[in-house]
Amino acid sequence: MLELRNVSTFYGPIQALKGISLSVATGEIVTLIGANGAGKSTTLLSISGVAPPKRGEILFEGSPIHTLPAEKIVSLGVAQVPEGRRIFPQMSVRENLEMGAYLRRDNAGVARDVEKVCELFPVLAQRRQQLGGTLSGGEQQMLAIGRALMARPRLLLLDEPSLGLAPLVIRQIFATLQQLNREEGMTIFLIEQNAHQALKIAHRGYVIENGVLTLSDKAQTLLDHPDVRRAYLGG
Amino acid sequence: MDYFLELCLGGLTRGSIYALIALGYTMVYGIIQLINFAHGEIYMIAAFIALIVSAILTINGFTGVSILIIAAVIAILYAAAYGYTLERVAYRPLRNAPRLSPLISAIGMSLFLQNYVLLAQTPDFLPFPELLPEFEFMDPVAHLIGSAELVILVVTTVTMLGLTFLIRSTRLGKAMRATQQDMTMARLVGINVDRVISLTFVLGSVLAAIGGVLVGSYMGQINFFIGFMAGVKAFTAAVLGGIGSIPGAVLGGVVLGLTEALAAGYISSAYEDVFAFGVLILILVLRPNGLLGRTVRTKV
Ligand SMILES: Nc1ncnc2c1ncn2[C@@H]1O[C@H](COP(=O)(O)OP(=O)(O)OP(=O)(O)O)[C@@H](O)[C@H]1O
Ligand SMILES: [Mg+2]
Repeated sequence: MLELRNVSTFYGPIQALKGISLSVATGEIVTLIGANGAGKSTTLLSISGVAPPKRGEILFEGSPIHTLPAEKIVSLGVAQVPEGRRIFPQMSVRENLEMGAYLRRDNAGVARDVEKVCELFPVLAQRRQQLGGTLSGGEQQMLAIGRALMARPRLLLLDEPSLGLAPLVIRQIFATLQQLNREEGMTIFLIEQNAHQALKIAHRGYVIENGVLTLSDKAQTLLDHPDVRRAYLGG
Repeated sequence: MDYFLELCLGGLTRGSIYALIALGYTMVYGIIQLINFAHGEIYMIAAFIALIVSAILTINGFTGVSILIIAAVIAILYAAAYGYTLERVAYRPLRNAPRLSPLISAIGMSLFLQNYVLLAQTPDFLPFPELLPEFEFMDPVAHLIGSAELVILVVTTVTMLGLTFLIRSTRLGKAMRATQQDMTMARLVGINVDRVISLTFVLGSVLAAIGGVLVGSYMGQINFFIGFMAGVKAFTAAVLGGIGSIPGAVLGGVVLGLTEALAAGYISSAYEDVFAFGVLILILVLRPNGLLGRTVRTKV
């Protein structure tokens, strides 16, 4: 479904990605783990067209997307839950969800999907009129995921959804991701520093260091890999 | 008492024009944190276009309100084109440059447009035809407000209500608010941010053009420099209300207009500007972000 071939991305003179190649197949959960500043967020921003790569190719369902503007990539079915959640603070929960469906014109379908997201995350249901900026961190994360789902994506990109959340909330969010994948067949590309949780729900994983992929394997194999255990799982 | 009411209505009229122009500053600032110094020039150019069009129409035998409407529509279209071009030529290439660069570009465009009109027209004031309709009122109102002022108040109010609706409820309005709150996220939900910015300039220019036509006709004369003074006042109104805030721009315009009118009426018109800027300083001391400005948002 998604394929990166030798992707290199720069911020001015700084090279954040140094020839990344990876793939995500339909129906998979694939995770990318790495330390701070390794280039995880840059990978997602490159896919979404916000930080377009300077070299290499990104293919979505077989066609190149690395030259397309961000809005075109969303319209093809790629939605992102960005790092730091990025909820529109002065918009209500409902408006935030509706913004996720910005490119859709089927108003009735959008209204139905708002209800579906509220079923998926019941805490959001009671807070429909509350301003996004006043939600707790966990609620904001759920809203960010809900907003991405509103685009009816075929590929869901998530950037560290566990960041700064309590263990209970993290478990709940990861369970929801797994449920989306199993029940709706949602393809998920998940970026995490919380390697343990991520590898537990993922089918496959990659490890990135300083803009280069260093490991790629089945999630279970990575969980047992000595380098991964040492660097990301605390021993 | 009647004198006081008369001054207030005059101040409201003036303030509603400031508000109309201030909205253009504040909308642009809200989205790209740029003070578009050339905004006042769009207002001035719109007044000139209306003057030229109404002269042509008068020669060709048009009369009355039809002149006003045709002249206003053409002035609005021209202003929209100028606003769009301004952003494309002077600001978009500098989108990722240090913040000082677009500011300098804005001042440059302001000077350029002023001097362009100065050369193309004349440095002198040109008489502007009275386009606003005259009509009689019932007596309790008649000695408080003239028909031209009433037209200005009604047009500006309707325009601002229209803008409020646009921003609250339309697709473009939602895209503008999203872009203002988080530009990267706006792109990630599929908003074409460049287009939203262009349309914000167009919208601001349309409002300025409406102001330009109304004021030209009300004051009866225009020259190349009117955009500068109106720009300074409207910018003051925008800062007074809290730059970036749309209700703030309206409130700031009204407060500024009332202050000037009351100062002119009770003290001396020579001092109206002193009071206007005095109020600005006072409010900024008490509320540094303006009347309705938010404290700078902290990123989560
Ligand atoms: N806007 C930017 N301008 C310049 N350099 C940047 C920018 N964003 C990221 N970088 C640099 O690119 C590199 C990769 O950053 P990136 O945000 O992709 O890391 P990350 O793996 O997501 O880290 P974290 O876990 O802290 O989120 C870092 O060295 C960072 O300093
Ligand atoms: Mg990151």
